[in-house]
Amino acid sequence: MKSRIGLTIYLVLLILPIYWLVNMSFKTNQEILGALSFFPNNFTLDNYQRILTDPSWYNGYINSMTYVAMNMTISLLVALPAAYAFSRYKFVGDKHLFFWLLTNKMAPPAVFALPFFQLYSSIGLFDTHIAVALAHCLFNVALAVWILEGFMSGVPIEIDETAYIDGYKFWNFFLKIYIPLIRSGIGVTAFFLFMFSWIELLLARTLTATESQPIQAIMTRTAGASGIDWGLLSAAGVLTILPGIFVIYFVRNHVAKGFALGRT
Amino acid sequence: MNKIESNKGWLFVLPVFIVVAFSAVIPLMTVVNYSVQDVFDANTRFFTGTEWYRTMLNDPQLQGALIRQFIFSFTILAIEVPLGIMVALMMPKKGWQASLSLVLVSLPLLIPLNVVGTIWQIFTRTDIGLMGWGVRELGYAYNISRNSGDAWATIILMDVWHWTPLIALLCYSGLRAIPEAYYQAARIDRASRWAVFRYIQLPKLTNVLVIGVLIRFMDSFMIYAEPFVLTGGGPGSSTTFLSQALTAMAIGQFDLGPAAAFSIIYFLIILAVSFVFYTTIMHMQKDKTTQKTGDS
Repeated sequence: MKSRIGLTIYLVLLILPIYWLVNMSFKTNQEILGALSFFPNNFTLDNYQRILTDPSWYNGYINSMTYVAMNMTISLLVALPAAYAFSRYKFVGDKHLFFWLLTNKMAPPAVFALPFFQLYSSIGLFDTHIAVALAHCLFNVALAVWILEGFMSGVPIEIDETAYIDGYKFWNFFLKIYIPLIRSGIGVTAFFLFMFSWIELLLARTLTATESQPIQAIMTRTAGASGIDWGLLSAAGVLTILPGIFVIYFVRNHVAKGFALGRT
Repeated sequence: MNKIESNKGWLFVLPVFIVVAFSAVIPLMTVVNYSVQDVFDANTRFFTGTEWYRTMLNDPQLQGALIRQFIFSFTILAIEVPLGIMVALMMPKKGWQASLSLVLVSLPLLIPLNVVGTIWQIFTRTDIGLMGWGVRELGYAYNISRNSGDAWATIILMDVWHWTPLIALLCYSGLRAIPEAYYQAARIDRASRWAVFRYIQLPKLTNVLVIGVLIRFMDSFMIYAEPFVLTGGGPGSSTTFLSQALTAMAIGQFDLGPAAAFSIIYFLIILAVSFVFYTTIMHMQKDKTTQKTGDS
């Protein structure tokens, strides 16, 4: 019972700032600057309507989701075999390679912003979705290999051996037996890949101009000559939270039991 | 586990190697290249050797940002790790309450970094924000743009709000992996609540905590967007951390040489601290496993 009360207090404190953002997004600017109120007096959907009818606004969401999806695909495709190798084989330099991969997760985006800009400009990828997706591989590939390796180590090697004795070819075994076995692990990995790519701002903003600008960068233009448009800013903020809610809802069961494999 | 000794492993690692070489090695080489030169324009540049490194290491701005960075990272770790474990212990194990609390707890994690900054900027404003207004009403002259203590407290509160869920989530999944039989055995032994935590739950949490602490250390050391939006690094430079100092130099002033040297030093520091973390933890685990096999 005591833990229920503690948890409730924590959750209320957690939700409070988000609630305030949602509250503001349904108000007009006059009301926001007028007086503090816990519920909108003149409930309005104007802020949302402005975002959802203006392509220069809603394209930001499409751009963000495009590069996040690309990044998740690339990261998972290259990380799955690599994680398998790290969990199953001993090879020359494996430990060093693993740590070297981890160092990429430690690389501050601020360090890489300018060189990335120059690299992608010189090969004509500046202001494309794929540029941001590749840049985010910097930290996401390492993370994916790290998490997947833990899950894969939890699957007994006897399963591989039995499959080979039964006459499975490697790729057949890998795709039909192994991947379904570590489904939860892939779910958890996808969750973290989505998260770190979706929330990143510095690289996404540096590598884009107009065509593929992420919503985070577009939001800054609510600050105009006449001050900040608080209602619009809040509505844009609320809309950036929604995709995350869907993702966490779909993977909640995997996350709950996810790390049980291998990581205990 | 008995691993197969085979260099076939390299074949599987090759795709990762190529992607990472492209997205990390080439840019890093560019940085190293700049750090030893003085660049005037595309065609005029001079080799300067280690001069930029010496300038940067003696730069009071960098030293200040570095000290603030360390204080910040260790403070948030000291708060987030115990709090995260506590939250994980309190979360219900099954039913709709479990799903609901999982979704709610994870919510802050999936908010873009600058939106987190925006949320707290709004929340702590004394005219239109609930917290800023509330603290003022309680009689404290709260002002994050004037008082650096207030700015620090707010940034730490924001980071705790934003990232404690990560630790809680990892610990929650670690706790779920403990078989019910362990708890039954503890009940038969009449183990206290503390003993259950210390000898059953905590050992099962070490592995997920390793991930959590490492990720939190690395990410907090690179914090950029949240304080940038909330305080802009101020008042003065009291909340300017390394990433912000660096971007101001590289993109703001376009001082490529010094900024590149700064970058390399910055990266090496994170690398060194993470390496120490990583090897100590790995050694601790190795000791534990040898102990276990020794016992049986």
